[in-house]
Amino acid sequence: MSVEPLPILTYPDERLKTECEPVEQFDPELREFAEHLQYTADQGPSAVGIAAPQVGRMQRLCLVDATRAKRPVDNHGPLVLINPAITNWKGFAVGREGCLSIPDYTGKVIRAETIELTAQDVEGRTVTFKMKGFEARIAQHEIDHLDGILFLDRLVSRHADLRER
Amino acid sequence: MTKPWLLLTLVGADRPGIVAQVTRVLFGVGAELGETAMMRLGNQFAIMMMVRGAGTTDEVAGLLESTRADFGLKLHVDEIDAALHQHREPDVSVIVHSADRSGIVADVTAALLEAGMNILDLRSDVGGSADKPIYIMQIDGETTDGIEPIEQCVAQLADQGLTVRVTPLQTMRG
Repeated sequence: MSVEPLPILTYPDERLKTECEPVEQFDPELREFAEHLQYTADQGPSAVGIAAPQVGRMQRLCLVDATRAKRPVDNHGPLVLINPAITNWKGFAVGREGCLSIPDYTGKVIRAETIELTAQDVEGRTVTFKMKGFEARIAQHEIDHLDGILFLDRLVSRHADLRER
Repeated sequence: MTKPWLLLTLVGADRPGIVAQVTRVLFGVGAELGETAMMRLGNQFAIMMMVRGAGTTDEVAGLLESTRADFGLKLHVDEIDAALHQHREPDVSVIVHSADRSGIVADVTAALLEAGMNILDLRSDVGGSADKPIYIMQIDGETTDGIEPIEQCVAQLADQGLTVRVTPLQTMRG
């Protein structure tokens, strides 16, 4: 595996606004890419997730790792989510988000408080998760990337104050 | 050498078109705008704006003179030692409300300072009615010693009749 982090695309790169293709090949190259993507996220400023299109790979794969939150939150450990789909949403919460692809800016975004999602792991096995709070926020942010949506597209008023999370 | 940032402050009775006119004049001379904050306070509209590349403080004041006169604005221009890309992330939000009385902001901010909170953003409003005003304040800040001292400080403020809510903030970056 290369020791160099993958270059991260930054706004306004058009690829960040592009919907990604499903992953169809579950092979060693995919697993190696997922590891390389994790390594890349580790080099940035305290990232808790990253999505493949942020490094220019236009496929539906993202990483979610709420264990890296500064304050402990409910989590399912470090996750590789491939072809993820949110199947259920419940509640709303305001939270502050930033993005490796949008340096030096954070803003408030409304997300579902709890979600259910289905995805595949690196072996192609179907997995399902019920997430809440911060972990659910990470997953929604990363899955947005796979649809070419940035948190800038979902900004709400600076003074928005539905229960902060 | 990079031209210095100027801070423009403009205040006047709120009317449609102030922002569009001020920024059109500045854009017309090739000025660069940095971060800005604009809001209605009372019946006034207040603008704070980082500007550079439009000349000296006197030249910028001159450029905006006819706009200032047209809208009846008060204009102030200072050279400041500022830079972009210096954002800081709040890790706590404090919301205060109570019946209005003098000293709320002084009491709350002194207590928060003592508890290790640096204010990054503060907005306060007077609501209710003229004979029964209420005071509402929203503060975002960063803590030096964590959330616990803030929560302890809030308990003391509650004893003074203020309703105070502290919410830890955690920025999600991915």
